[in-house]
Amino acid sequence: MAAPVKSTVDTPTSSVQNLTIGKALNLGLRRAMEADDKVIVMGEDVGKLGGVFRITDGLQKDFGEHRVLDTPLAESGIIGTAVGLAVRGYRPVCEIQFEGFIFPGFDQISSQVAKLHYRTQGKVKVPIVIRVPYGGGIGAVEHHSESPESLFSHIAGLKVVSCSNPVDAYWMIQQAISADDPVLFFEPKRLYHSGALKAPVDTAATPDPLFASRVLRRGDAATLVAYGPSVKVCLDAATAAEEEGRALEVIDLRTLSPLDLEPVFESVRRTGRLITVSEASAESSLTSEIAARVQQECFYSLEAPVLRVTGFDTPYPPSKLEEHFLPDLDRVLHAVDRALDW
Amino acid sequence: MPSPEQWTRPEPGAGPAATAAEPTPEQVIAGLRATTEGGAELTQLLTPEGERVSSAMFDPYVADIDVEALRGLYRDMVLVRRADREANAMQRQGQLGIWVPLLGQEAAQVGSGRALKPHDMAFPSYREHGVAYTRGVDFRELLGIFRCTDHGGWDFQQHRFHPYTIVIGNQVLNAAGYAMGQKFDGKVGGADAEDTAEATICYFGDGATSQGDVHEGFVWAAVYDAPLVFFCQNNQWAISEPTERQSRLPLYQRARGYGFPGIRVDGNDVLGCLAVTRWALEECRHGNGPVLIEAFTYRMDAHTTTDDPTRYRLTDELEVWKHKDPIERVRVHLARSGGADQEFFDDVQAEADRFAAELRDYCFNMPEPPPERVFANVYAEASPVLEAQREEYLSYLAGFGAGEH
Repeated sequence: MAAPVKSTVDTPTSSVQNLTIGKALNLGLRRAMEADDKVIVMGEDVGKLGGVFRITDGLQKDFGEHRVLDTPLAESGIIGTAVGLAVRGYRPVCEIQFEGFIFPGFDQISSQVAKLHYRTQGKVKVPIVIRVPYGGGIGAVEHHSESPESLFSHIAGLKVVSCSNPVDAYWMIQQAISADDPVLFFEPKRLYHSGALKAPVDTAATPDPLFASRVLRRGDAATLVAYGPSVKVCLDAATAAEEEGRALEVIDLRTLSPLDLEPVFESVRRTGRLITVSEASAESSLTSEIAARVQQECFYSLEAPVLRVTGFDTPYPPSKLEEHFLPDLDRVLHAVDRALDW
Repeated sequence: MPSPEQWTRPEPGAGPAATAAEPTPEQVIAGLRATTEGGAELTQLLTPEGERVSSAMFDPYVADIDVEALRGLYRDMVLVRRADREANAMQRQGQLGIWVPLLGQEAAQVGSGRALKPHDMAFPSYREHGVAYTRGVDFRELLGIFRCTDHGGWDFQQHRFHPYTIVIGNQVLNAAGYAMGQKFDGKVGGADAEDTAEATICYFGDGATSQGDVHEGFVWAAVYDAPLVFFCQNNQWAISEPTERQSRLPLYQRARGYGFPGIRVDGNDVLGCLAVTRWALEECRHGNGPVLIEAFTYRMDAHTTTDDPTRYRLTDELEVWKHKDPIERVRVHLARSGGADQEFFDDVQAEADRFAAELRDYCFNMPEPPPERVFANVYAEASPVLEAQREEYLSYLAGFGAGEH
């Protein structure tokens, strides 16, 4: 992952730049730091190194060591001090190096970050963003490939989002930072530097709202709902299905808490079939939540049960086995077949 | 006989392992000494007998405390104790769900609290009613937490007194972050340090020192040179567990491993606590923080009103500590030195009784929180999902007629 070190971003001649998700996040962070000098970035190796994924590349050089903090190596410390900095009036953006390392900070997230606003009846705001690279498919050792997002969407007081493409990455990180609530920002790490996903990002455009899902592809045969790294899997599946004459609708949730399911309800009322896709284990997960809500709202429209294509209810396996664990195009299409043949 | 410094780390083979369930008689006696003496390095300005002890290092920090100021500290402690006893009684009468008594810790809290300047910030745990009082928080505003009508309602910015934190040790990291912010804001050191400099104080107990968050707070504050005073009230008991179940060495000595000063003060000596905390805050304001203070004190009552200390500690120990009462030594000192007469003490007691009566009256008349409060202020920017849940429940409630049920 030896990205070339580039300390400053060239001033583009137009407002459109062709960016990967990783570069779009970097640019979004830069814009947020320019817009508000209370925005600070903190985490392990985020300064000189630019983060192990280089997402914060060049920020410390340009904004200084008091705006981009290379912190001691302890996640509860990162989150816990961010709380104090937020009380002081800062807007900390914390980087957790890998999702599997967030748990030492879980106590501070659940006990303080999520509850201070409620505890104080709104007198104390906690505008913290916690960036979490997540998901598998990178051939890593244990604790580097997990999908713990449902653990956080379950906690009242937190907002949880995930981006799936460079345009969203650029805008959503800035919107999360300017939000007055704490936001868990889940980033699909295996797509950070995907050239295939590189896309033109118009920095002069008007972005969609942060807490809104989006229909990416229209179809009438069945609805696929995903977020983060699974969105690409669903789009690929829809392309493949089209060759077989099946038009699949694909919805990118974008916001995991609060969920924005109106577009999903509207879609399922037309298609009658829903398949939810996520790398997270199925049990007590976001895919469970979506299924519960859809059966409540779309009971008479459903032609088949809501089906789920997910990681299994196991710990993340050794990565030589991850192709079996991760939802892929074939498992998604198999679920589509089952839904249509019900 | 082992000294208090040694008894928590016995020589190998010299006695039962530290995990032995029952202490030996020697350990019991040594423990009584440890909890009563505080060790050779205990800083003390006013003895339990009410005698003023001079200290070249700390006397300058209380040079302004004349008789009138000392009477003020006495009054603070009497009022706080009286309110604490009233709240404890109201819990027994079912008016409070729980109370967390501070009995015995009045000097540690009033002394350290009065050391703060208005622009300093304080992060309490959940027993710091005395500190709250010194920060100008109306004692009545604490009651909501314990009557379970709110989670704390005072104005945190105005009083510069953070919400109570119940998860042990969490607030130490929060305080470290706040102090880092003070430093980033340029409020530490500099020529005008006396006027604009700020510091933060963070309260926690002996039990909390075992928490990872406290360790991390020490690390963070140290590497960022944060203006943070760690104020550990060692009241000897973390519910049923004595301090030697938390540490092999005296707690203040831990600071050395993190690279900042640690000091043990007699936590029942309000002058000592005031002086040492003022010194520590000054160090922090001048960029020499952080500092760890171990206020060596004693929890004279239970951990909370749900606790029964007779199951795990000796009555003798309590009796010994009664002789070291934080209020009594000031009273004796004032009486002996002619600083106050009986009329003063009677007046303070009468004022404390009125204070308690007002507290009682307020508590009995606290309104029940409305059901909408369940849903209020979960987020700064409303969640449509939660709004829908709220509407559904409130209309369900309304179905019982005019919101009654």
